[in-house]
Amino acid sequence: MSDPNASMAAAAPETVEKETYLGSDLPPAPGDKEKSRSLWSDAWRELKSNKVFIISLVLIVVFLIMTFFPQVFTFGKDPMACDLTKSRQAPSSEAWFGYDNNGCDVYTRTIYGAKASILVGVFATLFTMLLGGFIGVIAGFFGGWVDSILSRLTDIFFAIPLLLGGILVLTSFPASDSTNLYSEVAKVVLALGILGWTSMTRIMRSSVIQVRNADFVVAARALGAKNSRIINKHVVPNSLAPLIVLATISLGGYIGAEATLSFLGLGLQPPVISWGTMINDAQPYIRVAPFMLFFPAFFLSIAVLSFIMLGDAVREALDPKLR
Amino acid sequence: MGRYTIRRLLQMIPVLIGTTFIIYAMVWALPGDPFSGKCGQRPCPPAYVAEMTAKFNLNDPLPVQYFKYLVNLLQGNFGESFSGRPVWDEIMQAFPVTFRLALIAIIFEIVIGISAGILAALNRGGFWDNLVLISTLIVISIPVFVIGFLAQFTFGIKLGWFPPTVGPNATVYELLLPALVLASLSLAYVARLMRGNLTENLRADYVRTATSKGLSRQRVIGRHAVRNSLIPVVTFIGADFGALLGGAIVTEGIFNIRGIGGLLYLSIRTREGATVVGVVTVLVLVFLLVNLIVDILYGAIDPRIRYE
Amino acid sequence: MSEHLLEVDDLYVEFRTRDGVAKAINGVSYTLDAGETLAVLGESGSGKSVTAQTIMGILDMPPGFITGGEIRYKGSDLLQLPEKERQKIRGAEIAMIFQDSLSALNPVFTVGDQIAEMFQVHRGMSKKEGMKRAVDLMEQVRIPAAKERVKDYPHQFSGGMRQRIMIAMAISLDPAVLIADEPTTALDVTVQAQIMELLQDLQRERNMGMILITHDLGVVAGVADKIAVMYAGRIVEDADVLTLYGEPAHPYTEGLLASMPRVDTKGEELYAIKGLPPSLLALPPGCNFNPRCPYKQEICLREVPPRQEVAPGHGSACHFWEEVYRARTDSAS
Repeated sequence: MSDPNASMAAAAPETVEKETYLGSDLPPAPGDKEKSRSLWSDAWRELKSNKVFIISLVLIVVFLIMTFFPQVFTFGKDPMACDLTKSRQAPSSEAWFGYDNNGCDVYTRTIYGAKASILVGVFATLFTMLLGGFIGVIAGFFGGWVDSILSRLTDIFFAIPLLLGGILVLTSFPASDSTNLYSEVAKVVLALGILGWTSMTRIMRSSVIQVRNADFVVAARALGAKNSRIINKHVVPNSLAPLIVLATISLGGYIGAEATLSFLGLGLQPPVISWGTMINDAQPYIRVAPFMLFFPAFFLSIAVLSFIMLGDAVREALDPKLR
Repeated sequence: MGRYTIRRLLQMIPVLIGTTFIIYAMVWALPGDPFSGKCGQRPCPPAYVAEMTAKFNLNDPLPVQYFKYLVNLLQGNFGESFSGRPVWDEIMQAFPVTFRLALIAIIFEIVIGISAGILAALNRGGFWDNLVLISTLIVISIPVFVIGFLAQFTFGIKLGWFPPTVGPNATVYELLLPALVLASLSLAYVARLMRGNLTENLRADYVRTATSKGLSRQRVIGRHAVRNSLIPVVTFIGADFGALLGGAIVTEGIFNIRGIGGLLYLSIRTREGATVVGVVTVLVLVFLLVNLIVDILYGAIDPRIRYE
Repeated sequence: MSEHLLEVDDLYVEFRTRDGVAKAINGVSYTLDAGETLAVLGESGSGKSVTAQTIMGILDMPPGFITGGEIRYKGSDLLQLPEKERQKIRGAEIAMIFQDSLSALNPVFTVGDQIAEMFQVHRGMSKKEGMKRAVDLMEQVRIPAAKERVKDYPHQFSGGMRQRIMIAMAISLDPAVLIADEPTTALDVTVQAQIMELLQDLQRERNMGMILITHDLGVVAGVADKIAVMYAGRIVEDADVLTLYGEPAHPYTEGLLASMPRVDTKGEELYAIKGLPPSLLALPPGCNFNPRCPYKQEICLREVPPRQEVAPGHGSACHFWEEVYRARTDSAS
């Protein structure tokens, strides 16, 4: 969206398009396999030349390396190796981001903090995408009373704001003294996923409904294809695009939500290192050692920004109307 | 119009029942000890556990428990804090400050968000358009608590333009900076929504018709395009007001504002579980109610909705 | 040259898009007199609507650019007038009706409101007076129960009734020229006939000049006085209705006529012009019709054919118009 070229392109004349192509007696091919293939390959071609996409992709790859191989960036420093005598020392050539209250190296911890955030983002997205997508397909494809029940259910969960719901779940969650990163992550994923799936359901349902009545689905049904086959071969591939766009953007959102919950002291708990907990730790010292807060906050913002930009770029590429 | 309103009200009932049930289930029916983390730093005293078990009928089967809880809610009983004060009283005490804060934030959203959106749409591809797009993208990407700290540090501490924290009286001047922080995210959405709608509407056939009627560009844009583009924006802002009344946890926490969000923030920090649950329940209900009002308003400002 | 009510003179319009420059109009000229109906016929992309939009001054600029020509209304060039002056002409003296009445009317204002706006803006009337006029106009375009329906919204009307509202709005200030861009395309066949009849009646009553843009030869026959056939941004043939139908002198017109279903050719396979209209981004060199033309010779690939006079008031832009013309007139005799 921020790419000036893309905005220019979107301003291209509707009139010409209508005049030039609609009259060619060749209506756009129905969204069969052929189309979905060309939609994706079209989108890919569009993306490859999109600067925003390339930048966000590079950033995301960097964050993924931080997640799985933090040593690459930290030159083997241990995030737990802290020296209280260095407490809250300002950034220097020795410690680029300074030291935190416990005398831990902020740079090393910021790098290690990527893991928790990325994991929460990825798993919360997968969780909501699979659950929400599944419910959306069922509701949209079968319609009728199935749709009514599932849609009402979605409405109910949708009515509770994500952050409030997350607070509720995490407040009520039986406290555990677990310091295991993965069980902590799972807890936060659950808190976010329990309410987050509804937007996925809504978008999948409406896009399935559009596809459901398309000629090629009617034709497949007339040919006697089973529902499961129609769903797998025709409906899902052709209605997936909006879900993927939403999922990419949501990933950024979940990372932000995790940080907010951790900041409130509800999400991930120390000693698990995450940007949210680091910011929470730094909060009381904002006047004396603002760098403790700025660096993790900066990384966090860049991570969220990357996924939102990626989602924006993918949406632009997949939606011919925006071109 | 009347029928539409009644239909929306009726549709609301199952959603209300459903959401309260979910809240209840999440709080009291999760596996494990429901009293962990509800009484501050220590384990709950047995007397409190007994009292709460009786109060929430925790020995009854879940549907019965829930029903009794619902009856309580309908009577305005949202529970008590650990110190025994009704949560409802604490909420009512905190509400005026939050309301004032939300109102200022909404004004920021309307004034800045809508004008930025219009400015961008009228200069598509130009400098202002890109400025709005990039700045809103940045604002959307930075979590509110980071924006809050940045604003507090820069404008409150370094530059000293605004008080970094809000006193007990919460004057309008003190609330300006927090309100701007609170509004920032929605403001960005409003700007983008307005830009998108207006861009689309400027290309719409009826705008072409308006031009061909010989109207001035000002009138074409102002009376026809902008007015139509405002419909979804107004809906968004309305719904957002509902969210702002409750969603200001982070902002109120950072700026030490004694509103509902601040109350929730403190309750979470001091692990006052019962208060958290009570406040969140009220906030969800407020959110639902405001959404309902917005939906009905939507029917009033968009004639197409009414007759569906 | 005697002065016409409206003269389009050697107009050029192009669209500069990301994919290149689309040459939408390449030297179009036509004239219109009071009380006359000119039908502009052509496929989508032939430039017939773009010409009309240029006359109205509602072309999206950019990406549209007028690169040459004049449009003279009562002697003065519209393209040179300042925007303020054009606004006075737009709607009041030259009005336009669009194809899709549902999207062409503003969904959030009542139809009366939208008609009354004409009187408020151009005549400085109050809203109340405007609404009164709106009821009158709705009665004139034969909308039943106009008094009650004036406060309804566009989506509460049927397609035919909505198109009548469009017409009422367009004729509200007694324009001298009415441009109807595919006014019946979106409607049922039975409704189409009613709307055409209404347009014709209104035109005669008020002695308006009317430009009827259509791709439908059938619509044209009963209504138009003269026809201009457009192809790829050029007028390829122009004549009065009878001449054009009886003695076409351009292979494209000939093809269009042959592809029209007729009662007396029942059972035969319908003729279709082979190939597709050219892309405006890459027009074929020479005569733009050459890839689809059965009369094609080598010269057609090199030279753009100029308009040649077949008979007074009948022109054809074809190097071999005589052959087309003779083939037709010979077989007829």
